Amino acid sequence: MATYYHRAVQDIKNNGFLSTVTIITIALSILIVSAFALFFTNANNVMNYWQKGIRIMAYLKPDISQKNFPDIKRKIQGIYGVQDVNFISKEEAFKRLKEQMKRQSSILMNLNENPLPDAFEICMIASSQRGEKVEEIATKIESLPSIEVVEYGQKWLERFTNIFYLFRLAGYTMGGIFFMAAVFIVTNTIRLVIYTRREEIEIMRLVGASEKFIRGPFYIESIIQGTLGGIIGIAVLFITFKLISSNLEHSFKYELLNIKFLSHEFYCGIILCSMFVGWLGCYISLKQFLKA
Amino acid sequence: MIDGKDKSSIIQMFHVHKHYGSKKALIDINLNISKNEFLFISGPSGAGKSTLLRLIYLGEPVSEGQILVDGMNLSRIFPKRIPFLRRKFGIIFQDYKLISTKTVFDNVALVLEASGKKRKFIEKKVRSVLRTVGIEQRINALPPSLSGGEQQRVAIARAVVGVPKIILADEPTGSLDSDSADIILNLLKDFHTRGGTVIVATHDKELIRKAGGRILYLKQGHLLGPTPI
Repeated sequence: MATYYHRAVQDIKNNGFLSTVTIITIALSILIVSAFALFFTNANNVMNYWQKGIRIMAYLKPDISQKNFPDIKRKIQGIYGVQDVNFISKEEAFKRLKEQMKRQSSILMNLNENPLPDAFEICMIASSQRGEKVEEIATKIESLPSIEVVEYGQKWLERFTNIFYLFRLAGYTMGGIFFMAAVFIVTNTIRLVIYTRREEIEIMRLVGASEKFIRGPFYIESIIQGTLGGIIGIAVLFITFKLISSNLEHSFKYELLNIKFLSHEFYCGIILCSMFVGWLGCYISLKQFLKA
Repeated sequence: MIDGKDKSSIIQMFHVHKHYGSKKALIDINLNISKNEFLFISGPSGAGKSTLLRLIYLGEPVSEGQILVDGMNLSRIFPKRIPFLRRKFGIIFQDYKLISTKTVFDNVALVLEASGKKRKFIEKKVRSVLRTVGIEQRINALPPSLSGGEQQRVAIARAVVGVPKIILADEPTGSLDSDSADIILNLLKDFHTRGGTVIVATHDKELIRKAGGRILYLKQGHLLGPTPI
């Protein structure tokens, strides 16, 4: 093994140009795949953040007495998936409406009485913030006798959930395609490298080298190149990310666009993938080449 | 009889034919090469000399017939055993076949690395062989920076470093001046003196005259000259 490693390092030095080309190709492939992964992870986070804002508004019947409110609140809180229940009196609701409609305040001034009902604002636990779960909770709340109507932006939620799933599906598909493209590009680059070294392989065979002896250093070489390519790709992405994110933080409200770099586990995984892609490219190329 | 029991023979060929499509390169070759023999295969260009050598080290398979090398029947050899067959040979190619990106040392060391020798042994052995062939001072040079004679010496060093039983040399002095050719011939003779078998394919009459040994003549794929078996 030490001999193979020694020969692999020697070969990288001896074939400096070809090794550099291979490393750059792997780095670019990894850069594209990980840039997409970064975009997808952050877009996913933004969508999750938006989804967390989903609330159910349960409006009470007008004839419900104020002394019943604690009991109704307890019943709502007892439903599985409900995290928090806030009472919003009709006076509070009217005050909020006035604040929101400052320009049209004259319309509200002409009202003889407050037309808004008392209501409960219901927040859900994270696992229940999905379309069908929200609908399930809303139906349970609506079935309570004191509740007149329940609203949770049904149409919007349905559309958002569909877009969210579609986005995820597209993300995984694109990720898969990018990964396959990276394997294809790296395989072809390594095949070209092996092709330029075909005479060397032929000579090794003629002097009595076994297939294992020929393949071993190529595998180690491609794993080293894969690792270096992966590290360079991630490093370039990190620098670009830092430059862009520092500009964006000045331009956008922080909560709205809280973009983050890939987690340690994720980019370590990408580097491992890069090593694997290097090895796989070498394996496919050598298999075809040595067979020929 | 193809039993390989002839203890004095190292290579035996029985009715060997080699075709490339409709072109016949070698026709019904029967040959017996003894251990420690110095054999010349002569003939004009295109007579089949290089093809004959390639068949011996299994650079390509025969079309018909059988070849035995040191008891191994090449028609029945498992692919995994081919490297072991090739380690019986030291091969000197007409175009040297040195790896241009590896130093002289690494080119020669390759043979010992391939047979799994230890690093320390390799260092010592390679230096010793390069000293013998008179090229030790170019140990770190790359082959493209060497002259033809120097490259051929490296090729010979690579051929003998693994202490093979047989040296196969294809036009070893083909592109060399007479002084360099003499040095190469002496190195081959030295190997022969120490018990090795040498088979040289050449059309260099001067080389054959200086070396002595058995001469076989190939013409249009037919083996002529002294009866081999």
